[in-house]
Amino acid sequence: MSVVEATPVTVAAPEPGRGVRLVRRLLHNPLAMTSLVVLLVAVVVAVASPWLAPYSPEQTDFSHTFSPPGTPGHLLGTDDLGRDVLSRLMLGARASLEVALLAMATAMVVAVPLGLAAGYFRRWDAVISRFTDLLLAFPFLILAVGLAAIRGASLGNAAIAIGIAQVPSVIRVVRSDTLHLKSLDFVAASIADGAGDLWVLGRHVLPNATSVILVQATVALPAAILGEAVLSFLGLGIQPPSPSLGTMLATAQQFAARAPWAAVLPGVVIMVLALAFNVFGDALRDALDPRGSRR
Amino acid sequence: MARYLITRAGQSLLTLVLATVVVFLGMRALPGDPALALAGEDRSPAGLAAVRHEYGLDQSLPAQFLHFVTHALHGDLGTSVRTGLPVSSMLGAALPVTVELSVLAIVLATLVGVGAGVLAAVRRGRPAEWFANGLALVGLSVPHFWLGLLAILYLSVATGLFPASGFVSLFDDPLGNLHHIILPAVILGTGLAAVIMRQTRSSMLDSLSADYVRTAKAKGLRPGAVIGRHALRNSLIVVVTIVGLQLGGLISGAVVTEQIFGLPGFGKMTIDAVFQRDYPVIQAVVLITATAYIVINFLVDLLYSVIDPRIRVAGEA
Repeated sequence: MSVVEATPVTVAAPEPGRGVRLVRRLLHNPLAMTSLVVLLVAVVVAVASPWLAPYSPEQTDFSHTFSPPGTPGHLLGTDDLGRDVLSRLMLGARASLEVALLAMATAMVVAVPLGLAAGYFRRWDAVISRFTDLLLAFPFLILAVGLAAIRGASLGNAAIAIGIAQVPSVIRVVRSDTLHLKSLDFVAASIADGAGDLWVLGRHVLPNATSVILVQATVALPAAILGEAVLSFLGLGIQPPSPSLGTMLATAQQFAARAPWAAVLPGVVIMVLALAFNVFGDALRDALDPRGSRR
Repeated sequence: MARYLITRAGQSLLTLVLATVVVFLGMRALPGDPALALAGEDRSPAGLAAVRHEYGLDQSLPAQFLHFVTHALHGDLGTSVRTGLPVSSMLGAALPVTVELSVLAIVLATLVGVGAGVLAAVRRGRPAEWFANGLALVGLSVPHFWLGLLAILYLSVATGLFPASGFVSLFDDPLGNLHHIILPAVILGTGLAAVIMRQTRSSMLDSLSADYVRTAKAKGLRPGAVIGRHALRNSLIVVVTIVGLQLGGLISGAVVTEQIFGLPGFGKMTIDAVFQRDYPVIQAVVLITATAYIVINFLVDLLYSVIDPRIRVAGEA
């Protein structure tokens, strides 16, 4: 064999230190840091809530119903059954984050491979695009309604419905990023070098699509938190007496004039969680934007 | 243009057929005998046999599908097992409420969203932009049903400015109708307004730095004319697309909003049907929503290609 071995073409795709630059940019953004701190506190409280909560969230106390916030022993008051609002908020936030993570994971696991395939393999594009259109035709709540009718209402089914509803937009974004990456020199070089499709996808396309996928995941989380709240509020998600921010609002609605705190506080927690994810997502997108401008 | 039209129409039709298959199979995926679910209270053998015959459940699956489609095309969507009324007439009563609510929400959201987006882009880096941006982020993050709850609590119950629930028909009492529907429409429009604002701002920033805007400025046009006639016109294309894409979210939002304000619309009918296990109604609701979504997005695409000729060309390529 006297043939000169072709040296593998390695065109440097990711510039070194990209991650470091990203972290540095985020560290210099006060809004990003504030939202990150809020999220970290929320996650810690959510994880530790079974030990942190002053009461069991389902423990009723009929001699102390509708205690206003500030009542000794009940910092944020009690609800119609004398349950401690603070404890229920903590465990409700935990359930919200669980559903949000589960929904986001569902969306990513389904959508990322489909998006990559649609962008990379021309033959699959039309099929996957029709699939995307089909999913889009079933709005999230209608999907959840159908799923609840078929499989019953539960935390898991709510997460699946929310996740599936997020699949189309993630497919579209990953697809267009893959199309773009496929047209770049280093991918073309790798293909010309005889690399297999799966190798090119796994080695070159996916790592470079990470930032886009990351942004999509951050966008999916606040939407999932709002989605869980809506479903539980309507009775299609987490079932009472399990605490959920949505079910808390649904019951509080019935006595809102008498105990407004029970109707206001869960909404505030939902909003703070969603806002923190949205602000952090915006900051992440800005930091990843090669133009570096705030858009 | 014709070719683009035909391709898009074909795609939409295919999606519609697939959606119908999904709905049909979904009904068959129900736990247990669908006849039991469809029959409701009447579970006598004779009653079940009648239901099986009515829905064609005694036939093969493809025949059942054909039966389902032909009946649906003739406007026969079955009979509600709870009310005993034809589903189509229930829809006839509920849909106008939802359409009115959604249209009003879209109009309000577009006015506010485009206005705030233009303001934020023109006043870039000033307090007005920060304020608009912050408001949009809150609009995206706030649970709308909670906002509705607060509005009922602090605007309707406390001040009596708006009715807390109920509905009067637009044709019976236009002013009373507006009085009932304005608050729900504002609540429903919040999220959409936030999305439209962010998109308008971003595409206005692009437009404002584009060459044709610089040319317009250089030839001495007033700033108002540059923004209105040149930059904004191009940004509006984005708004049309956004409204189309957000339609699914809007339908979901309408369901919740109607539930909170007690509006007798499509959403309330849907939720009631789920809890009453009224399967013919659920089936019809899912089918109608999917059809509406597909048809409206097809129309949005058409509108889009009329506004922006580049889309047509790209579609033909």
